[in-house]
Amino acid sequence: MRRTARDTEESNRTLNRRSLMLGGAMAAMVAVLGVRMRYLQVDQADQFKLLAEENRINIRLIPPVRGLIQDRNGKVIAGNEQNYRVVITREAAGDVDLVLRRLATIIPMTAEEMSRTVQEVNALSAFVPVTVAERLSWDDFSKVAVNAPALPGVVPEVGQSRRYPLDHDFAHVVGYVGPVSDRDLEELDAPDPLLKIPKFQIGKIGVERWMEDTLRGEAGTKRIEVNSAGRVMRELGRQEGDPGTDIRLTIDADLQNFAQVRLGEESAAVVVMDVTNGDIVCCVSAPSFDPNLFVRGISHTDYNSLMENDHRPLANKTVSGAYPPGSTFKMVTALAALEAGVATVDTKVFCPGHIDFGGRRFHCWKRPGHGTVQLESSLSESCDVYYYDIAQKVGIDKIAEMGRKLGLGQRYDLPMSAITDGIMPDKQWKLERHQQDWRIGDTINASIGQGYVLSSPLQLAVMTARLASGRAVSPRLVRMIRDKELPIPDAPPLDISSESLAAIRKGMYEVVNGERGTAKSSRVVDPTKVFAGKTGTSQVRNISKAERESGVIDNEDLPWNRRDHALFVGYAPYETPRYAISVVVEHGGGGSTAAAPIARDVILRALSDGLPSLEAYPSSQRGRIETMLKELPLRDPVTGQPPARTET
Amino acid sequence: MSFLEYRVKYAPTGFRKVLYLNWPLVVLIVAVASVGFLMLYSIAGGNLDLWARPQMERFGAGMVLMFIVAMIPIWFWRSMSGLAYLVALVLLLFVEFFGDVGMGAQRWIDLGFIRLQPSEMMKFTLVMLLAAYYDWLDPKRVSQPLYVLIPVLMIVAPTVLVLLQPNLGTALMLLLAGATVMFVAGVSLWYFAGVLSLGIGTIAGVFLTRGTPWQFLHDYQYRRIDTFLDPGADPLGAGYNIIQAKIALGSGGWGGKGFMQGTQSRLNFLPEKHTDFIFTTLAEEFGFVGAFSLLVLYALIIGFCLVAAWQNRDRFSALLIIGVVANFFFYIAVNLSMVMGMAPVVGVPLPLLSYGGSAMMVLLVGFGLVQSAHVHRPR
Repeated sequence: MRRTARDTEESNRTLNRRSLMLGGAMAAMVAVLGVRMRYLQVDQADQFKLLAEENRINIRLIPPVRGLIQDRNGKVIAGNEQNYRVVITREAAGDVDLVLRRLATIIPMTAEEMSRTVQEVNALSAFVPVTVAERLSWDDFSKVAVNAPALPGVVPEVGQSRRYPLDHDFAHVVGYVGPVSDRDLEELDAPDPLLKIPKFQIGKIGVERWMEDTLRGEAGTKRIEVNSAGRVMRELGRQEGDPGTDIRLTIDADLQNFAQVRLGEESAAVVVMDVTNGDIVCCVSAPSFDPNLFVRGISHTDYNSLMENDHRPLANKTVSGAYPPGSTFKMVTALAALEAGVATVDTKVFCPGHIDFGGRRFHCWKRPGHGTVQLESSLSESCDVYYYDIAQKVGIDKIAEMGRKLGLGQRYDLPMSAITDGIMPDKQWKLERHQQDWRIGDTINASIGQGYVLSSPLQLAVMTARLASGRAVSPRLVRMIRDKELPIPDAPPLDISSESLAAIRKGMYEVVNGERGTAKSSRVVDPTKVFAGKTGTSQVRNISKAERESGVIDNEDLPWNRRDHALFVGYAPYETPRYAISVVVEHGGGGSTAAAPIARDVILRALSDGLPSLEAYPSSQRGRIETMLKELPLRDPVTGQPPARTET
Repeated sequence: MSFLEYRVKYAPTGFRKVLYLNWPLVVLIVAVASVGFLMLYSIAGGNLDLWARPQMERFGAGMVLMFIVAMIPIWFWRSMSGLAYLVALVLLLFVEFFGDVGMGAQRWIDLGFIRLQPSEMMKFTLVMLLAAYYDWLDPKRVSQPLYVLIPVLMIVAPTVLVLLQPNLGTALMLLLAGATVMFVAGVSLWYFAGVLSLGIGTIAGVFLTRGTPWQFLHDYQYRRIDTFLDPGADPLGAGYNIIQAKIALGSGGWGGKGFMQGTQSRLNFLPEKHTDFIFTTLAEEFGFVGAFSLLVLYALIIGFCLVAAWQNRDRFSALLIIGVVANFFFYIAVNLSMVMGMAPVVGVPLPLLSYGGSAMMVLLVGFGLVQSAHVHRPR
């Protein structure tokens, strides 16, 4: 094809023009790219530098070591132990199934645990270690270490875990820790970032929970460099945190153990208070449980057996149990009457076994009646009619006022869970609570600690301590925080005449030591440890008129949960009171038979250095007491271990 | 030197041709490729053997090929363009039907010493054919519908085949390079305007009917387009790469974090850091200074090629050079726009820098053609 020169010239011009346009377009694009580069790398550099750092650097928390909980003498109640555990990383393991099956031949592992681990491993990134087994014995742990070559991806690790060496003894007071739950997090406004650590342990109940902030400590941090997959490349820096603060309780661990063992499998509670400063030296609820089970994650079987037990081992009966105080309340009624002037020490009441008010008949527990009684004998023989009589004269509001003065019907702010207020009823209370007027019958019932009156063993102990000391003693559970003694709460004198108090104390003395005292078989013969107190037997059922006519059914003939609660409050020594005690044995029958002996043993233990001396017991009882004390499965005071159980 | 004297009275022959090569271009290419080696070395964490050494070897081989191609007279290449295009097209068809057995989307033919990727071959054979076509065609007929249709078919046939592979990036490159040659050859701007408005109209139609009963595509297809256009909307999925790339680039700042100190690449936050996203590592470690310098080097390569095209009075040679450089340019533009978050993520490597044998070889062969055209230009 021939072309003219003109054509060629023309086409070359077009080509040059177009390629110039192209060059211009290209230059424009290069300029745009350059501007964009400048924008990103110069104008926005700071922002992107920050993002790059955020990408690269992770802050990891170092969990602090939790503070110890000790008894008043420094014995460890809640400590930390080395937790030997084994973790597996999918990336390094390769065939997780195979490695786990090999591992199962070395350490105890159920098929369920294995499949759970496999699931967890597969759900997480390949490099995230997953805990396979925890709390291994040293033997198992070292076996894993020795067999490491056959177990790729399996790493033995040592961590810290909570341990309660005195297991059952402090389950209720100290509680236990467990992994943070979603509910725990919801309850907090600004949760400590530590709580976001998977399986971080926090206090769930008891002192562990209520002193959580003190015990937890401050997290340390370490800055680590991670890659895009989150794998830790190196540590850039570290700031150590503060370990948790140690706490010393007011409780004496040996006494606590004695009381726990003494209660055995009864559904019962014991509180012992130092009347001089309010220290709770013993606070036992029985039956108990092993808090270590909860730290490990309790099995369904164990949990169900605890839940189904009708003796309610999980409940802390000392502070959350609200019981009708029964006759242990009579000191309140008597003091109210004495202080109001409606009765004197010498006021005489005739008890024919019943009394009639407003067309209703109220019975004394003793059907034939006590005959003529005065204050002292009304306490020692626990005549009900005497109290019916003085109570309707003094009125419920005065009684309630006295009850509150002595510490009933109020909540004590101790670091324990589910502390009850109890109920110290008055007219106002009934109107608000039941929208009903107070009736004379209510006063009659309240006068002997029945009806609406409810109180916890702790409140009864406070009441007794106040009666014994004449001061408004308040309970205290924490003695020291990091070696610093906490102040003892003020105990101003009670606004009660000393004559009245002396009369009440004399009555309580007679209960235990008098010829006709209801608890005379629980007396202490050691003159330095003279015991005074008051029995109580509170009904948990209504006795119908028909039953009363045909004869009240004996406790022994009733099913366990319909039997009366047995109570006892007391203090010792009588002359110079040191300890006050309250004992409640749920459905235990009579206070004099079920509760008073326990109270005597425990308070003698509190007053003695070691086991109570047999000399303190009346000679006729020594043989029986000796056998009983010998058979108590107490912990070894040195090793802290309970005796090996020899089942027959 | 002779490369500045365009009015040489004689054509060089034999080994004297070497002196007449466009040497600045060679130096620039070596410079850019060296930056690539450096980056591959850095990305591998100081490991030469992982990426840098194989890349150097292939570059060496490619340079040898470039010189061989450059020594062969341009009229030989013009006479070969039809055949080369046909061979590439047949190979493309071949891999379409046989190449993917057990190979997924890797569309290559193993020749033993090299893995031949027909789509790569097609990049320059298409340009050659188009250049030869417009060299043959009477310039007056350039805009006649029939003579516009022919090159359009030449472009569309391989583009569709590559698109089916599926390789969106390469298909786009073929289309753009082909269109550029047609544009420079003088095809009436009305055609381009028509195609452009048709494309815009289609896109508008697709999006305007969205949500109406007569929408063009399925909902999931729209969603895919959404993430394609705006990866930021899906920061952990499609958007992750682009966000991390921008962080790497931006955090480089003015002077960069230093050689082998790029945290984004060293800690694996960067995706495809040795291939499509290699520029981000450069920008992170050498900052704006380094990144802009690379851009300047690229601009110089393009500039020297364009000048060579202007100076060449042979229509085939000029169009061929334009086609090759357009290809080169579009790769750079699309890749850089992509890593700087200005364009959707399309799998397009950065020429001379990204790790990958076949693309580098083909590109150097392309520059060989540019050199041949330059050496053998009419004087």
